[in-house]
Amino acid sequence: MEEIIEIEKTVTSEKHRAEQPADAKHTENPVRPKLETRGVNVFYGDNQVITDVSITMKEKSVTALIGPSGCGKSTFLRLFNRMNDYIKVFRKEGDICIDGKDIYSPSVHVEDLRKMVGMVFQKPNPFPKTIYENVAYGLRIQGVNDKNILDEAVEQSLKSAALWNEVRSNLKKSALALSGGQQQRLCIARALAVNPSILLMDEPASALDPIATAKIEELIHRLKEDYTIVIVTHNMQQAGRVSDMTAFFYLGKLIEYTETKKLFTSPENEMTENYITGRFG
Amino acid sequence: MNSRQKNRIKDRAFKYLGIFSTSIGLILLTVFIGSIIKDGIGRIDWDFLTNLPSRKAEKAGILTALAGSVWLLVMTAIVSIPLGVAAAIHLEEYSRKTRWSSFLEINITNLAGVPSVIYGILGLQIFVRTMRFGGSLLAGAFTLALLILPIIIVTTREAIKAVPSSIKEASYGLGATKWQTIRHQVLPAAGGSIATGIILALSRAIGETAPVIIIGALAYVAFVPQSPTDEFTVLPIQIFNWVSRPDHAFVVNAAAGIIVLLAVTFMMNGIAVYLRHRWQNKVNW
Repeated sequence: MEEIIEIEKTVTSEKHRAEQPADAKHTENPVRPKLETRGVNVFYGDNQVITDVSITMKEKSVTALIGPSGCGKSTFLRLFNRMNDYIKVFRKEGDICIDGKDIYSPSVHVEDLRKMVGMVFQKPNPFPKTIYENVAYGLRIQGVNDKNILDEAVEQSLKSAALWNEVRSNLKKSALALSGGQQQRLCIARALAVNPSILLMDEPASALDPIATAKIEELIHRLKEDYTIVIVTHNMQQAGRVSDMTAFFYLGKLIEYTETKKLFTSPENEMTENYITGRFG
Repeated sequence: MNSRQKNRIKDRAFKYLGIFSTSIGLILLTVFIGSIIKDGIGRIDWDFLTNLPSRKAEKAGILTALAGSVWLLVMTAIVSIPLGVAAAIHLEEYSRKTRWSSFLEINITNLAGVPSVIYGILGLQIFVRTMRFGGSLLAGAFTLALLILPIIIVTTREAIKAVPSSIKEASYGLGATKWQTIRHQVLPAAGGSIATGIILALSRAIGETAPVIIIGALAYVAFVPQSPTDEFTVLPIQIFNWVSRPDHAFVVNAAAGIIVLLAVTFMMNGIAVYLRHRWQNKVNW
C-alpha cells in the first residue's frame, strides 16, 4: 500500500489528476522508464515460458509485443498487472518495475496496482449489466457512490473511448446488446474510468471486423497522449500502424526490441525478418 | 443389408426404446396422481385446510401439518442457505487444492447419497438430546438442513463454475478484490442456478419423513406451532398417520393430504423453473 501511494505521488495523486486538465497528467521524470523488467523468467510448473527478458518502455508510448502463438507474449503482458497470479503453477524470477518500484514486492497490494494498470482483453468481456454500470464498476468497487462523480466519470470515459455518441441516449441498456466492436470500446472505457496510467491490451482487435478494428486503432493513437500502452497483437500491420516500439518474442525469448519502423524495415535478427516477412509463425 | 440400413434401424430402435422408457415413468406417475386425485379431491375444501386434527375423520384437517411443514421449510432455508452457499463459495473460489480439500470434496459428494434416516439419527443425538432442543421445530430444521446441505453445496459449486472466467478477469483487472468479484459478478451471474438448486433441495426437505419421525415429530400435535421451540408435525407424517388408521375415511384424508403435499412441491418446482428462466433472460453471455 505505502509503496503504491508513493508511486502515485510521483505520477501525481489521484485527486490531483481529477482536478487537473489532461495535459497536467503524469508529470514524470523523462529519464526513468515507465515499465521495466530485468532478467525475467516465468515458469508454469516445470515448463519455462519466458526466458531472461529485460525491457524498458517509455511513458506515453505504445509498445507492441509480436510473435507466433505460444511465444509467451500474453504471459509477459499479464506480468504487469499480475494477472498470472491466479494460475496455480505460475512462478517468476527477476524484477518487474513500474516507475522504478517492484510491483511484486510484498508491500504492493495487487488491487492498488490494477487501478493503475488497466487491461483490455482479447474477447470483449462486458459485465452482464447496463452500459453505465459497466463503466462505473471500477469506481463503485472503490466505494465511489456519488451520482455526480459517477455520471461525470462515465461520460468522460465513454468519450475517451469514442463510444459516447453511440450510446449516450441508452446508457441504461444492457452492454450485451452492443456490437462486438462497441463492446470492446466499452471495455476500454471501463478500464479508463478508474484513471490508470498504463493500459495493457491483449489482442484487443482480434475478435473484431476490419471497421471496428480501425476504430480501436484510431483510439489507441489518441490514448497514447495520456497513457502508456502495451499491446499484444498477432497482426503485424497493426503493430506497424499503432506502435512506437515493437518487441518480437519467440519461444519465450525477446529476440529483438527496437523502434517499430526499424524493426519492420531493417530488422537486425534473421528470425525477426523471417517472421515479419511471413516465412513462419 | 448394408451398414447404412443397419445404422438406420439401430437409430430407429433406439428412438422407440427411449419413448418406451420415458412413457413408463409418465404412465406410472399419471396413474398414481390420477388415483390419488380420484380418492382425495372431493375431501379438499377450505375446512380441510384450516381444521386442526381430530379423531373424527370428517372433522380432521391438515392445518397443523401444513403449518408445521411451512415453519420447518422456512427455518431449514434460513439455516441451510447461508451455510451451503458460503461453503460452496469457499470450496470453489478460496480454498487451495490440497489433500485436505479434496478429501472434503469427496465427502460432501458422498454425504449427498447418505440415507436420510441416518441424518435423523444424527439429529436425534446432537440436536434433540445433546443440545436439548427436544422434538421441536429447531431440532427438525437443523436436521433437515444437514440433510440438504450437501445438495446445496454441490449445485452451488456447479453454478459458480459455470460463470465465465473472462468476467472474473475483467473484475480483477479493474482492481476488485476476490470478495467484490464474487459479490458483484459471480453471485449475480450464478444466482439463477443457485436459486434453482436451493429450491429443489428444499422441496426434497419438505417431502422427507424418516428423519423427522426419528427426531420425534410423530407425536400427536393438536395445535399449530407458534414458535421455533414448539413441537410440530409435518405433511408426510400426517399422511402416514392417516394411512395407518383402519377407518377408510382417514385413508381418504390421506389422499387429500397427498394432493396438498404434491401441490406444494409442484409449486416450488414451478418457482425454480421460473427463476431459472428469468435469470437466463437477464444474464445472457
